[in-house]
Amino acid sequence: MTYKSDLPVMMPPKPYEAEPFFRLEMRHVVPIAVFLIIGATMAFASDGDGKQSRMEVLMNWAPLLLKGFIFNLIISVSAMALGTAVGAILGLGQISLNRPLSAGSWFVTQFFRNAPWLVLLFFAMFLLPFEIDLFGLKIPFPDWFKAILGLSLPVMANVSEIVRGAVRSLPSGQWEAAESLAYTRRQTLWLIILPQCVKRMLPPWMNLYSILTMATVLASIVGVSEVMTLTGRALSAEGGRPELLAPFYGFVLLLFFIYCYPIARFTVWLEKKFAVIN
Amino acid sequence: MEFFFEWFRVLYEETGINLPFLYDSYDRNRMFNGFLTTIWLSLVCLFFSIVIGIVGAWLQGSSFKWSRRIVNGYIQLFRNTPPLVQLYFFYFAIGTLLPRVENDWGGQSPMLGSFAWAAISLSFFAGAFNVEIFRSGIEAVPKSTVEAAEALGFSKLQIYKDITLPLAFRVVLPALNNNLVNLVKTTTLAYAIAVPEMLYEANQIWSDNVNVTEMMVFLLLAYFALVGVLVGGMNRWERSMKIPGYG
Repeated sequence: MTYKSDLPVMMPPKPYEAEPFFRLEMRHVVPIAVFLIIGATMAFASDGDGKQSRMEVLMNWAPLLLKGFIFNLIISVSAMALGTAVGAILGLGQISLNRPLSAGSWFVTQFFRNAPWLVLLFFAMFLLPFEIDLFGLKIPFPDWFKAILGLSLPVMANVSEIVRGAVRSLPSGQWEAAESLAYTRRQTLWLIILPQCVKRMLPPWMNLYSILTMATVLASIVGVSEVMTLTGRALSAEGGRPELLAPFYGFVLLLFFIYCYPIARFTVWLEKKFAVIN
Repeated sequence: MEFFFEWFRVLYEETGINLPFLYDSYDRNRMFNGFLTTIWLSLVCLFFSIVIGIVGAWLQGSSFKWSRRIVNGYIQLFRNTPPLVQLYFFYFAIGTLLPRVENDWGGQSPMLGSFAWAAISLSFFAGAFNVEIFRSGIEAVPKSTVEAAEALGFSKLQIYKDITLPLAFRVVLPALNNNLVNLVKTTTLAYAIAVPEMLYEANQIWSDNVNVTEMMVFLLLAYFALVGVLVGGMNRWERSMKIPGYG
């Protein structure tokens, strides 16, 4: 029920969207980052006084840190794939008409959504065995694999909520129209509801991926050698010079920014593209 | 009460389920203090992140191009980088640049401790989200309302404080609560710089007693309960603050 008025007390709420960073678009980010890194190297390269300058040291370690960062991305993609697969099933369970199934799925979703990511990661790290014995075949569980499992738990719960929210957000007329055309519940869901939901689920799903990517550094706390662990090791290998801390951690921040910012812009663009105009 | 605690000692002796934070008074104090630290850290960050949100939203609406640009840059930087790296950057990189002060024992110690840095870093992180949230609420207040207030002789600050913000607040409450819940969950990151919050104390206890399973399960349940109570309370508040017939 909406009233048309020239002087509304409040406007309808709009979803907030991030404004671009100095009007930068996706395509600008990589050239600027390259320019920054090369420019900074040139600027700092000249002030050598026996000890290597800060930028030189950073450049020495940059390939290793980049390798660590790629490992982070591998963890994030695997955890996302695993979490999405299980989360989609859980989300469908939440909208099931079977009472115990939907209540159970709801509880699992809420439980893993309410628990902090770091605690879930600890949970997976310490409580999973380091290898399982399957019919005499020893399958090892390396710590990065446990990290993927630990990170996919909260992803699973969030994907489940995204699926449920998307199905709920469709107008009920869709269900009723399908019913009047004699579609069964399963047919309605697969042929009518879910195809429409994919569009609605994509932006929040990408947001979740961005959050997950940023959460992969948590694996450093539990000892997986990803970019943060490598940074710490590189810093101690350089003798713990305090003036190196800022460039190294800044470099890691920059890496994540270069990766996540385009994703955020792309999500905003998708949201605009898929926006439902009432 | 003592009987209740003793029961858990018996439970340990009988079944091997070791919950020292219940029957051992030292561990009990540690766990309780950890719980209080988590709550206190959440409250401090909540306060400062809302202040950052309100001020940031005001600056974003200002007519100076550069204040808008700086706020946008801040938002994008803090939203698109991992909070843990931000925390490390603040604690290790900026923390070592600050001058050292003399502590009570005559030694040298950093000017700001780990708790202070955790509070600063997490406030900035949550604040970046709050700016956007508040801005969306402020945009929902129609221009005609602001113009009416101007016609009544309100100053710019008064309009923001007395007209726009109270109206916007009701619109943004759901998003704000969401962010608050995230903030409480993010306080676990302070573990990484040894702030004695719940996760850190639990870690200490399981290192002493080798009861990882019990502590982990307890920790999950504790956070589930803490966040559950928070979400429940916030939902009630949202319902009572709802503008009738809106949204």
